[in-house]
Amino acid sequence: MTQHRTGRDLVIDVRGMTKRFGQRLVVDHIGLQVGRGEIYGFLGPNGSGKTTFIRMLCGLLRADEGSGTCLGYDVIGQSEAIKAAVGYMTQRFSFYEDLSIAENLDFVGRMFGVADRRKTVERSLERLGLAGRRHQLAGQLSGGWKQRLALAACLIHQPRLLLLDEPTAGVDPKARREFWEQIHGLAADGLTFLITTHYMDEAERCHRLAYIAYGKLLADGTVADVIHQAGLTTWAVSGPNLHQLAIEIRRQPGVRQAVAFGDRLHVSSDDQDALEAAVTAFRASPYEWHQVDTGLEDVFIHLMQHSPDNFSS
Amino acid sequence: MSAQFTFSLSRFWAIVVKEFIQMRRDRITFGMMIGIPLIQLVLFGFAINADPKHLPTVVLMADYGPHGRTLLHAIRNSDYFEFVREVASEQEAEDVLVRGEAQFVVNIPQNFSRDMLRGERPAILIEADATDPAATSNAIGSLRVLMTTALQQDLRGPLAYIAGSDSPIELRVHARYNPDAITQYNIVPGLMGVVLTMTMVMITGLAITRERERGTMENLLSMPTRPFEVMIGKVLPYILVGYIQVVLILLASHLLFNVPVYGNIPMLFVSALVFIVANLAMGITFSTLAQNQLQAVQLSFFFFLPSLLLSGFMFPFRGMPQWAQSIGEVLPLTHFLRIVRGIMLKGNGIGEVMLQLWQIALFAAVVLTIGVKRYRRTLD
Ligand SMILES: Nc1ncnc2c1ncn2[C@@H]1O[C@H](COP(=O)(O)OP(=O)(O)OP(=O)(O)O)[C@@H](O)[C@H]1O
Ligand SMILES: [Mg+2]
Repeated sequence: MTQHRTGRDLVIDVRGMTKRFGQRLVVDHIGLQVGRGEIYGFLGPNGSGKTTFIRMLCGLLRADEGSGTCLGYDVIGQSEAIKAAVGYMTQRFSFYEDLSIAENLDFVGRMFGVADRRKTVERSLERLGLAGRRHQLAGQLSGGWKQRLALAACLIHQPRLLLLDEPTAGVDPKARREFWEQIHGLAADGLTFLITTHYMDEAERCHRLAYIAYGKLLADGTVADVIHQAGLTTWAVSGPNLHQLAIEIRRQPGVRQAVAFGDRLHVSSDDQDALEAAVTAFRASPYEWHQVDTGLEDVFIHLMQHSPDNFSS
Repeated sequence: MSAQFTFSLSRFWAIVVKEFIQMRRDRITFGMMIGIPLIQLVLFGFAINADPKHLPTVVLMADYGPHGRTLLHAIRNSDYFEFVREVASEQEAEDVLVRGEAQFVVNIPQNFSRDMLRGERPAILIEADATDPAATSNAIGSLRVLMTTALQQDLRGPLAYIAGSDSPIELRVHARYNPDAITQYNIVPGLMGVVLTMTMVMITGLAITRERERGTMENLLSMPTRPFEVMIGKVLPYILVGYIQVVLILLASHLLFNVPVYGNIPMLFVSALVFIVANLAMGITFSTLAQNQLQAVQLSFFFFLPSLLLSGFMFPFRGMPQWAQSIGEVLPLTHFLRIVRGIMLKGNGIGEVMLQLWQIALFAAVVLTIGVKRYRRTLD
């Protein structure tokens, strides 16, 4: 399903990346190509190996297998060079809580040997709207402000690639929208992003995305590609007692997926005929049916249900 | 590309500045670094200096002349000695000491009065149970003055010619059971090394495990930095703390305990630097071995205890069995104690100091190398 893209403009180009923790295969031969200026979404359920994969990319974990390049450097052998040119925002806040905002930024500036550090820190404080809080200790910031600080710190050394691990978890909608506007602005300037998220609306804002579950890459491409590849047909139904309907319709041959979306139920299947038969059986009055475009979430739920859980075995 | 692999002053300095700020904000730890030396000094220093009085004393009188009685009287009236009884024989005196019934045996020899009047300076033998030398040293010190003053009362008028010579008797002190006789002058300078060992190892022992526990290690590792920069950067700020401790102890030992300094103070400071670095290196290496802060603290105690016991601080070094001495010779505290005591009490010069100092430096280098090798550069 992976279309191989080649060329000089690939910022990330890795194959067969694999990581085991003891006996457990956490990342299972994942390949990924990310082009310059792309915003690449990285999705998958909890524990699917997203963080582990990103850590291997920037040399924080040693890959057991795999090869390729990141920013043109060898992903296995040149991690020091990769670190210098990558901004990595960890899933859990990992700046110093007993340092102030400005001190944290200053520290990062020094660590990367940023030229004209004072001015750079100043500009980044202003750009992120943190100037007024410069002397506040990072530990006293609210979750959303911590995220802003982390992002600002990742950008200090003008990296060419940003690896953002759930940058918007726990951030309010307005701040999330601003965050994504900023990301798109930076991408337009040629910065490349690999972003993990659990939000569907954010996945749809990505140029391309990859979906992994249990360490395996299940789908990748543009949003349209991913939806198309899944080959799902989806019907939406509204009416009373949808919970009971969901239980019954899942028993129909060829239909396994019925997911509540607000006051509606999405029933999807990759077997169009079977789905229509099932729908006909429940056509009777209290329910109102129409066929809808399959959404990303329908696809992801489908992918997850159909991938073997190699952890529980 | 090659710049990636060399030491970067900027990155090193980044760590130093960060550690300084964190140290300043961590009031409790900083307070402890200042408090521990003071508390130890007061505890050890004053406990040693407590100047025990009324120490049980027996007298073996072989001469009942008038001057012997004067001495007996003087001893009875002094604060330091508690006259228990007279003993009849040397054997009895020996038994009394062995049982711990008395701390001192005063022997007044045969013909004491006669010999003294003849100006022959008869010897009075004091046998002291010096197991705890701190308990006996002041009493012995006072004895000479006590006896001379008492006898001067006797030696007036026609006998004044005897008092004119510097002392009419000779005092022989036989310190039993502890030939190395540590005094409080020995303890207080030694305390400098003990305090530094205790605090310096522990504070850097926490340095890297703390980053790991707080989750900041992931961030630190994602930046392009060399282990050496991180480790040295974390060590440097604490050298200053170590120096604060050294100054505190020097001031206190001078002001509170009147410990003299015969040697060269700058040389002491240079030696302290090497010693502080050795302990910080030990701590930071523990930090790379330990999984969490608790383990780091346990490891530092694992190091602190032998240092305390086998360095010659607690027990006279030469009194220890060979195996214990061999361990002691490896420990930086052993050599630092020799340096500090040497400089402060004996006025040792650079020659004697270097003899010990290079061994501390070697220890620091070996330990730091292990630490740099052990420093994990990934989260695996
Ligand atoms: N250091 C480690 N040692 C052992 N197992 C680990 C380690 N790090 C992660 N794992 C395991 O590897 C699996 C993948 O973890 P990872 O953090 O990569 O998932 P994730 O996709 O980022 O999940 P989430 O969405 O919850 O952040 C998990 O089951 C986790 O328990
Ligand atoms: Mg994760």
